[in-house]
Amino acid sequence: MMYDFFVDLLGNEILAAIVTGVPPLVFILVFVLFAVWLERKVSAHMQDRLGPMRTGWHGYLQTIADLIKLIQKEDISASANDKPLFNLAPVLVFAGTYAAFAAIPFSSYYIGSNLDLGIFFIIGISGLVVAGILMAGWSSNNKYSMLGAMRSAAQIISYEIPTIIVVLTVVMITRTLNLHTLSEMQTGYFWNWMIFGGPTAGLEKFLLIPLMFIGFLIIYTSMLAEVNRTPFDIPEAESELVSGYHTEYSGMKFAMFFLAEYANMFAVSAIVSALFLGGYQSPIGYLGNLFDAPWLIPVEQFFWFTAKGTFFVFVQMWLRWTLPRLRVDQLMALCWKYLIPIAFINLIIVGLITVL
Amino acid sequence: MKEYFSNIWVGLSTIAIGMKVTFKHLFVPAVTIQYPNVRVELPERERNRLYVNMDDCIGCDQCSRACPVSCIEIETVKGLPTEDLGKTSNGKKKALWVTKFNIDFAKCCYCQLCVFPCPTECIYMTDVYEFSEFQRNNLIYDFVTLTPEEREQKKLNYQKFEAEKAAEKAAKKPVTPAAEIKAEVKVKTETPPPSSDNSQQSNLKEPGENKGS
Amino acid sequence: MSFETKKNITVYKPAVKTEEMILNMGPQHPSTHGVLRLELQLEGEIITKVIPHIGYLHRCFEKHAEAMTYPQVIPYTDRMDYLASMGNEFGYAVAVEKLLNIQVPERVEYIRVIMAELQRIASHLVALGTYGADIGAMTPFLFCFRDREKILSLFEMTCGARLLYNYIWVGGLSHDLHPDFVRQTRDFVTYFKPKIKELNDLLTYNKIFIDRTSNVGILPLDTAINFGISGPMLRGSGLKWDLRKDDPYSVYHKFDFDIPVGEGKVGTVGDCWDRYYVRVLEMGESLKIIEQALDQLPEGDVSSAIPKRIKPPVGQVYTRVENPRGELGYFIISDGSVNPFRVKVRAPSFVNLGVMDVLCRGHMVADIIAILGSVDIVLGEVDR
Repeated sequence: MMYDFFVDLLGNEILAAIVTGVPPLVFILVFVLFAVWLERKVSAHMQDRLGPMRTGWHGYLQTIADLIKLIQKEDISASANDKPLFNLAPVLVFAGTYAAFAAIPFSSYYIGSNLDLGIFFIIGISGLVVAGILMAGWSSNNKYSMLGAMRSAAQIISYEIPTIIVVLTVVMITRTLNLHTLSEMQTGYFWNWMIFGGPTAGLEKFLLIPLMFIGFLIIYTSMLAEVNRTPFDIPEAESELVSGYHTEYSGMKFAMFFLAEYANMFAVSAIVSALFLGGYQSPIGYLGNLFDAPWLIPVEQFFWFTAKGTFFVFVQMWLRWTLPRLRVDQLMALCWKYLIPIAFINLIIVGLITVL
Repeated sequence: MKEYFSNIWVGLSTIAIGMKVTFKHLFVPAVTIQYPNVRVELPERERNRLYVNMDDCIGCDQCSRACPVSCIEIETVKGLPTEDLGKTSNGKKKALWVTKFNIDFAKCCYCQLCVFPCPTECIYMTDVYEFSEFQRNNLIYDFVTLTPEEREQKKLNYQKFEAEKAAEKAAKKPVTPAAEIKAEVKVKTETPPPSSDNSQQSNLKEPGENKGS
Repeated sequence: MSFETKKNITVYKPAVKTEEMILNMGPQHPSTHGVLRLELQLEGEIITKVIPHIGYLHRCFEKHAEAMTYPQVIPYTDRMDYLASMGNEFGYAVAVEKLLNIQVPERVEYIRVIMAELQRIASHLVALGTYGADIGAMTPFLFCFRDREKILSLFEMTCGARLLYNYIWVGGLSHDLHPDFVRQTRDFVTYFKPKIKELNDLLTYNKIFIDRTSNVGILPLDTAINFGISGPMLRGSGLKWDLRKDDPYSVYHKFDFDIPVGEGKVGTVGDCWDRYYVRVLEMGESLKIIEQALDQLPEGDVSSAIPKRIKPPVGQVYTRVENPRGELGYFIISDGSVNPFRVKVRAPSFVNLGVMDVLCRGHMVADIIAILGSVDIVLGEVDR
């Protein structure tokens, strides 16, 4: 939609592509500014303290202060580092995250690129993140960074499997990989959302509800592992007593890792909400319909989309400040012994239900 | 098999209980106060920086001896009988000029052991806790209210007084051989004085020199 | 190469000889506990030997004590185990009073017990909070410290200091209780009981925490006794041994309280979770003691038995008290002068640290932090 609109407007496909690609970038930057502040405030209030209070009203300018501090830091890189890989790693990590935003539907009018392979593309392109992490660990020339990076890579790759299985479960019901169509299928009120069985009707729907719920929990847990958040944050916090794969980075490159992490958090929240909770659909109907202003609807949908994404980001932060960390072997055991078998059984039962 | 499902159930339920606790705490007001703007009210027995009220100090050295880290340095000079040093607030008459009363707050461990032995309660702990300095020397507080010239003056006064007394004593007694030897012995034992004051030494040497000539 | 690290610890050596790697957990940790250097000898991920190197915080307490008079030693004893200062002062005061053969008024004994038990709660709060923070849960750390603030303000009201008190003197106390102390302490007791439950909800029974700490660092009872372990570590291995009941000093025989023991509720007896749980239960027991002591508090003068000049007769004495970390012992030799001839301290953390090697064999590096946190050492005590 947006892309076609701009192609018609500008006549040049490349220019149109660039113009369509900029809004997600702007969105990511604004969202990260907000998310870092939110995390600090949420964690502070959960711990009965106040968080940043002095930079602006209740510290809302704290992230900008941090950003200025990071930009003016010296860019240290040891002499034995593998320079090309060292400089390329943060770029790859950020690029993997940013590319995933291309297929996420922000509203019914705007989607970066209306791929028929939406979900498949997203899962595939997040593999760039793994490559970036491994590069970061290897080129740091640091034993512990290397170990941390390998563990992080193993974690991400293992947890992609339950993700894919649950995605297959949803796809079996909707018969399409296109995220835009998926969201369109969940119109109406919240009863049509996937987590409540989707747009199917009758007995099938009621049978599907518990299975969808289990699928939602599984995919949410594996998404937590994909972004390296507690309880799965071995790579980030004291992995072998140092800071993991981004130990050796300073200044702007570290800021890129940080940016990528929060952008990734939003991306996975958006994917989960698009798959299960109706994407940009509103649970209570549209004001635009009420006031007979059809131009209002995409704006509202964008608002609902951001609200759902932010809610899941908030739940991620909530989990981070409640739970202790899992040890590496327990993490792997959780994935291979618990999540994958349950996801498989889920898949088979849903498949049977849809076929019969 | 049963353990497998019980693991899952226990895991999910304990996580949910933990999340409920943290969620409730989102709505509890914070216990932090914004320090430089708001300060905590300290209790009355608070132990922070010491203060010495020099008007009451009689120079008894009890606090310096009680201190476990030797951060109090006191030097006193005896007052002349003709001088009136005043009274402390509980009526005692002061007999010593305190010429040095330094407390090194970098060493002080704020244990309050110096407060208890003071007979006039002139040293006590205040509630001042924001006294950081850039130079460590600035943490050596000098509590004496006399100017440096006055301190020198008191010391010299006392030495002159002592010298006069010694000269008087020497002049009173007739100089017999036994008394001479006694005076010599007395001078010899008196010669190394505890303070590093050279003038005192020269004063004491005078009778001996006189004797020699 | 295969291995299992659950109940049977077996390490299979491969056919190819691999080198042993030495990893240094240096004096500066991310997981606090002070300046301790642990030298780990690893084979792959499994630890074969742990050698602790201490001495980074040695401040010559025992040498200082020989130059100070008896009352002047008390600020120094404070600073050994700085998280449980009342306990240190208590031990020293009891030892010197035994040497002098004086009897302190009953009010003094009751107040000392109240202060020691409040200090026990405060010290355990630090231990539990930092343990949770090591494992990864940051929130209980802040909750524990918020509760600890209440205890510290009670202490501040009494003697003026929050951490290093100089309150329990030989023969009595430095100040009598503040008139508002009893009411505020009772308020604290009612405030704190639900907080223990909150801590249990958040951390103790959390499945992830249990997975991290149960069946890890199992200390068998005979090993514990052979190494001379005391305190919650020994009780976590199943033995009901507490100096307050088995070798009572002061007025502990007048109180009715229980000794919590590790029973292997989740996992085996003597693992990290048991030690952690013993500490949580001990906080509850201390609350009971405080309530009873407040009810039975007699009137009296707290400074009537303080001698003007402490000059004990020639002799020696060894007394031991139950510190939050174990058995704290003082061996004092007096030669008749105002300075002690020798003050030797048997620090519980120093002895407890010796068992680290046995505890860590066969575990992975990630478990070391869990084990070290459950031993609960304070480097000021280890190095004195």
